[in-house]
Amino acid sequence: MTTNIRHKGRTIKSEDGEEKEYVGFATLPNQVHRKSVKKGFDFTLMVAGESGLGKSTLLNSLFLTDLYKDRKLLNAEERINQTVEITKHTVDIEEKGVKLKLTIVDTPGFGDAVNNTECWKPLTDYIDQQFEQYFRDESGLNRKNIQDNRVHCCLYFIPPFGHGLRPMDVQFMKALQDKVNVVPLISKADCLTPTEMRRMKDRVRDEIERFGIKVYQFPECDSDEDEEFKQQDKELKESTPFAVIGSSTVVEARGQRLRGRLYPWGIVEVENQSHCDFVKLRNMLIRTHMHDLKDITCDVHYENYRAQCIQQMTSKLTQDNRVESPIPILPLSTPDVETEKLIKMKDEELRRMQEMLQKMQQQMHEQEL
Amino acid sequence: MASSDVARQGDKNARPLSLSGHVGFDSLPDQLVNKSTNQGFCFNILCIGETGIGKSTLMDTLFNTNFENFESSHFEPKVKLRAQTYDLQESNVRLKLTIVNTVGFGDQMNKQESYQHVVDYIDTQFESYLQEELKIKRSLHNYHDSRIHACLYFIAPSGHSLKSLDLVTMKKLDSKVNIIPVIAKADTISKSELHKFKIKIMSELVSNGVQIYQFPTDDETVSKINTAMNGHLPFAVVGSTEEVKIGNKMVKARQYPWGVVQVENESHCDFVKLREMLICVNMEDLREQTHTRHYELYRRCKLEEMGFKDTDPESKPVSLQQTYEAKRQEFLGELQRREEEMRQMFVQRVKEKETELKEAERELQSKFEQLKRLHQDEKSKLDEKRRALEDEINTFNKKKAATELLQGQSFNTNANLKKDKDRKNSGFM
Repeated sequence: MTTNIRHKGRTIKSEDGEEKEYVGFATLPNQVHRKSVKKGFDFTLMVAGESGLGKSTLLNSLFLTDLYKDRKLLNAEERINQTVEITKHTVDIEEKGVKLKLTIVDTPGFGDAVNNTECWKPLTDYIDQQFEQYFRDESGLNRKNIQDNRVHCCLYFIPPFGHGLRPMDVQFMKALQDKVNVVPLISKADCLTPTEMRRMKDRVRDEIERFGIKVYQFPECDSDEDEEFKQQDKELKESTPFAVIGSSTVVEARGQRLRGRLYPWGIVEVENQSHCDFVKLRNMLIRTHMHDLKDITCDVHYENYRAQCIQQMTSKLTQDNRVESPIPILPLSTPDVETEKLIKMKDEELRRMQEMLQKMQQQMHEQEL
Repeated sequence: MASSDVARQGDKNARPLSLSGHVGFDSLPDQLVNKSTNQGFCFNILCIGETGIGKSTLMDTLFNTNFENFESSHFEPKVKLRAQTYDLQESNVRLKLTIVNTVGFGDQMNKQESYQHVVDYIDTQFESYLQEELKIKRSLHNYHDSRIHACLYFIAPSGHSLKSLDLVTMKKLDSKVNIIPVIAKADTISKSELHKFKIKIMSELVSNGVQIYQFPTDDETVSKINTAMNGHLPFAVVGSTEEVKIGNKMVKARQYPWGVVQVENESHCDFVKLREMLICVNMEDLREQTHTRHYELYRRCKLEEMGFKDTDPESKPVSLQQTYEAKRQEFLGELQRREEEMRQMFVQRVKEKETELKEAERELQSKFEQLKRLHQDEKSKLDEKRRALEDEINTFNKKKAATELLQGQSFNTNANLKKDKDRKNSGFM
């Protein structure tokens, strides 16, 4: 008896009373949800910027923990010739059963020395190392436990004390734009009045465009989303770069206990949207776009790296046949440089001939008229 | 320009007397004041700080005017200094104010050379004053003193400590100018952070041996306030030229969504303290320090470099004149030596050239001889040939004449024969 019931498709009454056949794959999202909760998530975030811009405070505010328990800050004299280090902090945080393994890649010493030429080299080397590690793991024989240490997002802190981007900011972002999602932030935003803030943001946006820096772009929202969502999305896009304030202290304001900064002339509330864009950043980074950042890292930046790597390797292979390929790759499907050139030339010729043909046809046409 | 005052030591030969009435020389300071007021005062401030840190705004706020500065870009390849002079007047006191701003400081990737331009500028001002002082006909009275009297160093409000560039720059400048460090854009630091920040900055300065300007505490009238202010260094300032209505007054302030920062409110920032210390109380002392300490140090170093000393090797005091004469002799001797050298060199060169030319002449001569010989040879050959040819011609002519003669003779005989024949024949008839 029971088997019969199971084999018969259960019917569900829809709104207008019709009975629809129920298959059951509408539960797929739930299954995905369940599996992902079981697996847990990971996210690697890199922060870069000069010291004293509030990076650590902002991270503590974002993830509501204290990531930097005992930190030793260097004196000015020690920083004169400082080199940039890369330090990693990994924390496991959990919220409503969802586990997140968060890795923060910190860059102490960035921009602090007197001579900062190419101070981003340790960062690009680190990012490339992670890509290489993943590349090897992916191409290995045993792929059960691949650790994804690739950097998903880089928050770059721009100081608010100047008139816009500085040469160091431009060069840094250009060096990293093809390797990681760069999200520029205006730090210590409580230094600028609303007018000054608008001017600064416009300036930074202009300069980013002028110098051709490819920062992380929010994906376009689908046209069938509702108006409110679209409006929110538009607002989000218009307020980049985000102006943030961080705080690890709790103050009393308007009868509530909030995270904020206490000044003699008022209290800056971190989570007040009219004071700063912290909430927007948090929403974007954690609540809505975290997965998109990961996707772009995997699909765009990593694939670029992989293609480059393979091309380099195969060009080396064709030069020296004795070198064994260290990783299993498909034989050359991409044509080498010579044939590409030939193809391009032939294409050009074809195009020219087509144009000539068109012109002649036109002439004939005009003559006939 | 305040002349260097002679130290008032208790002269042992002068005995103090008491006056039995009012003489009136207590008006001497007033006379001095009148004189200097008529002359007008002169003050030069140097502002060092990153682009956009608020140097121009603070100057505008301090002197309550609009100095019309334009924004600089962050992309200057080198640090430059821009100086502008203004004439200000308050009640009946005229002030010639020169403000020197750094342009592009802290923007370059490699900042190792940044401090050098500032140091060079300060030295140039000292140098021109020194030149004026050493002139034979000098007019120090009318000289526009461009030496920097005060240097405001703007520290970025990071909240942690000084930047490496700040430390390096201040170390290079502390023996050349009065440094007054200020924390710029201080409305981004909360009170507790500010306290820690100030302590950290001062300790870093002390541990690295940087001597910043200390407000003088030897004069009883101002020592109390100066000592108190010395404890508040570095001043945390906020500048603003915009006015906001607070209560029923318009005050200079910055308006934020969370409150209004009033520039002249002492619990908000140290602007009032800076203004008082810099302008109201210690401006004259800053000028004096520049002249007696920094300038004298520069002068001494410069003159020592040139070889002047106060005492010669036997530790006897040497006057400037003696040193000058010695230097002059040395210089003249040097000149003579150089002249000799040049003359020698010239003579040598001439000799060399002569020998060269002689060589060339000889060569030419030999070539000429050679050619002449060749010419002669050819000529003689040609003569021979000619003679030979002439001989041939002669022989040929002779032969020709001989044959002609023969021919003529034979013809004649033929003709004679014929005639004879004819006679004979005719005779027969």
